[in-house]
Amino acid sequence: MTLKEIIEKLDLTVYNDVNGDTEISSAYASDLLSDVMGNAKSGQLWITMQTHKNVAAIAALKDVPAIILVKNNAPDEDMLAFAKDEDIAVLSSKQASFEVCGKLYELIK
Amino acid sequence: MHYTFDIEEGNFTNAGQASGNIKKTLKQLNVNPASIKRIVVALYEAEINAVAHAYGGKIDVDIDSDKITMVVADRGPGIPNIDLAMTEGYSTASKEVREMGFGAGMGLPNIKSNTDQLDIQTQLGVGTTITMTVFF
Repeated sequence: MTLKEIIEKLDLTVYNDVNGDTEISSAYASDLLSDVMGNAKSGQLWITMQTHKNVAAIAALKDVPAIILVKNNAPDEDMLAFAKDEDIAVLSSKQASFEVCGKLYELIK
Repeated sequence: MHYTFDIEEGNFTNAGQASGNIKKTLKQLNVNPASIKRIVVALYEAEINAVAHAYGGKIDVDIDSDKITMVVADRGPGIPNIDLAMTEGYSTASKEVREMGFGAGMGLPNIKSNTDQLDIQTQLGVGTTITMTVFF
């Protein structure tokens, strides 16, 4: 499924320019950064409540194309700036991880 | 090719800079993506360790035709018990560091599983030097 479709279907807030054509077939949900470093796979979308710059840095290192911040969290300014430079989409959902994961799983499983 | 980076104690804002730079360089050198992924994980974790636990330090990276050697040397305080530190889930990170999502006790195990050779020299009060090698 494309990122654009995911944004529409999950009613996500979009914080930066997004390549809506990016294909997303899998995701990883975790707030532990070393867990993401060790276990997320390139191309996966990342669901987290962490909003600091290291999140964008890890996404860039792991080739994660998009991040969904849960519970209406907004990215810190330096996280967003870093994500823009690396073409990583920063998105936000009003819902918590459980709902976001459940809905996304139904969409792309 | 030789690269050097400084690590500043407690400065998480710049953490990941060395790994990001090395990743770009390795891509330009057409190193295989699987090796790059492992190198980046190991170097980032070592960088974060030095920021979170040590009084800063230095990273030296050497890229040869068949391997990369990354030496992360910090200025202390040293690791009292390496076996414990290597145990997944064991961490001495502060509350602040944990709140950022670090300090899950996965850093050193991540480094070990993503390197071909790992050597850790530590001396209490002096510092820790981690030497990581990955073959392409």
